[in-house]
Amino acid sequence: MATPTTTEEATKSGPAPFESWGRYPAYNATVLPMHWQGDYPGMLDGIHGGALAVGMGRSYGDVCLLKDGTLLQTTSMNRLLAFDPNSGVLTAEAGITLAQILDFAVPRGFFLPVSPGTKYVTLGGAIANDIHGKNHEAAGSFGNHVPQFELVRSNGNRMLCSSRENPDYYAATIGGMGLTGVITWAQLRLKPIVSRKIDYEGIQFHGIDEFLAIKKQYSHVEYTVAWVDCLSTGKNFARGIFMLGDHSKEPGELKISPKPKLVFPIEAPGFMLNKFSIAAFNTVFFHKQMKAHVKTVQDYEPFFYPLDAVQKWNRMYGKNGLVQFQFAIPWEHAKEGTIAILSEIAKSGLASFLAVLKTFGDVPSFGLMSFPLSGFMFALDFPIKEGVTFPLMQRLGDMTREFGGRLYSAKDACMTSDQFKAFYPQWERFARYKDPAITSSFWERVMGQEGDR
Amino acid sequence: MSTQPSSNEPVLAVRRTADNEMGNILNLHPRRILVLGATSGIAESCIRLWAERGENLYLVARNADKLAAVAADARTRGANYVDFAVADLDKTASHPELLAHAINSLAGLDIAYLALGVLGEQPKAERTFDEAGQILHTNYVAPISLLTWLANYCAQRHSGTLAVLSSVAGDRGRKSNYVYGSSKAGLSAFLAGLRNRIDREGVTVMTIKPGPVKTAMTHGMKGSEKFADVDKVAATIVKAIDNKQDVVYVPGIWRIIMGVIKVIPERTFKKLNL
Repeated sequence: MATPTTTEEATKSGPAPFESWGRYPAYNATVLPMHWQGDYPGMLDGIHGGALAVGMGRSYGDVCLLKDGTLLQTTSMNRLLAFDPNSGVLTAEAGITLAQILDFAVPRGFFLPVSPGTKYVTLGGAIANDIHGKNHEAAGSFGNHVPQFELVRSNGNRMLCSSRENPDYYAATIGGMGLTGVITWAQLRLKPIVSRKIDYEGIQFHGIDEFLAIKKQYSHVEYTVAWVDCLSTGKNFARGIFMLGDHSKEPGELKISPKPKLVFPIEAPGFMLNKFSIAAFNTVFFHKQMKAHVKTVQDYEPFFYPLDAVQKWNRMYGKNGLVQFQFAIPWEHAKEGTIAILSEIAKSGLASFLAVLKTFGDVPSFGLMSFPLSGFMFALDFPIKEGVTFPLMQRLGDMTREFGGRLYSAKDACMTSDQFKAFYPQWERFARYKDPAITSSFWERVMGQEGDR
Repeated sequence: MSTQPSSNEPVLAVRRTADNEMGNILNLHPRRILVLGATSGIAESCIRLWAERGENLYLVARNADKLAAVAADARTRGANYVDFAVADLDKTASHPELLAHAINSLAGLDIAYLALGVLGEQPKAERTFDEAGQILHTNYVAPISLLTWLANYCAQRHSGTLAVLSSVAGDRGRKSNYVYGSSKAGLSAFLAGLRNRIDREGVTVMTIKPGPVKTAMTHGMKGSEKFADVDKVAATIVKAIDNKQDVVYVPGIWRIIMGVIKVIPERTFKKLNL
């Protein structure tokens, strides 16, 4: 048997624009597919300008980009390696997506321990960004359910990483934005379910105080998240819908999900998303739930991944793309900070189409650079408007800093070097574990001039 | 049959097999499938589908690490049985022992799937015979060594399917890849003749002609982002094997495209840039 010769490959595919989910910024990079665990670091031969492992490119800003560098795309390195139905521990190659894991796990009565807002992210990406879900209070972040993985360094070292073996590299790699090396495979502890169904409740609220009251009343519910209308002022200020869910305890059918059929067809013109269209959407969305309180049973797909139903929905923001502003503020300043930030946004005239409010619990993350901190978590999408969006991001970043919070690197395209170093004062310790051959446009940006390659 | 399905997948396998066979209870057993060239992109996708149906698999490839990963994946997905051998199939002398060992491990053979092949480098093959000879050996000589042994084994037992990956490139020689194309043309001709000989013995010989498919083999080729999705191609192939088809173009549109390319008069064709 002979596999194809690879000598030509690297030379034939030149640099091309590579976009993250926010479509801003877009940088040219050479994409080399990684098919096998043994491909790295040999595949670095002959390249210059640094490299970065990338999965589905679903992070928003530039953590998955490398301007004029080489992106090692892991999505065809997606094999299942072992599964123990007694412990629920799945071992898989890092390029497998959570969607592929669900297709395997759900028919066998298992589910992801932590679900992000899209299932189209890779296992490696979920670890590298130490993603979180709607159950942070109960489960912590994704890395808390990854007992071990293999990290390969550009010098050829293959390191088994767990809380016992190479614990420093284990902690640096969880939430390490792919900068510590390449994750080839990882273990994930799945959790048992008896049904695809979610027992869902949706409750309208007006204002942060009502949000907190509901939160307290339903503290026994595993998954909680709120959609917030950021445009309304006066008596409707910070109105929203609190969404709660638990895996149904009623045994039900455990089939795999159908493939999504809808694709957002075109790049929407820039003017489509404005204050008025979003205000109209918000009013419809708020009242779509006609009653102040609904209780129903729904499939896990619309509950966890409502936006996955429309592929390429980021085209809605047109070719300029979008930036996301996602912050966490500790309880101490959570309410005043959030209100101040929402007021600042309202003043700017910019409208956020998607605004999500969650609370983070106090389960500590395993990662050195992990985002969650006990308190409020708010995520907002903004279209890119020249002269408006970026100055606003700057102000909001500074406000977040004043309130003792931090921004989420996986969603960021705007934070300054000063802001980053204030949000993550442990950055210097982290930098010691960085693989010298690996970097990202995010890292180059937040390191400023003294960025090390 | 008393099986213990760990999921709903084995049920699917039972239904599919029953559709294609006469509903004999023996056919409800997992099929015994030998995959030669198991780490090639198209083969691996087919292996995943067979594994999900709970078939028995014996996998052969040259690289031990890659093969171990593919075998682990098949086992985890639900294959009823997985065994493998690391072997360089260019070494034709080792074929009889390898094949006998595989069939002993599987306790028989229902399907042999041949996916070995190299694209090679056409410009290099134009300059040196070494490259051309290597392409011809891996794509043509080695499969024929395997098929000679397998055809006789199956013909004696009046059963089995020999499913072989050829290529649309074998339908007409073009300047961009005629060495690869000629190896596949020879393979297709051999398969047509073999089918003519042993189909009447109860052995299915299947020629699979993929168009360009997005795999490691074709990465970086011009227009490769528009190539066919490997999982869709694999699903078509697996279904065609179930249905015991003779010649399969995947995606199906290539039957029409190659139909047109084949009828272009040589006087015109020789001037085209294809």
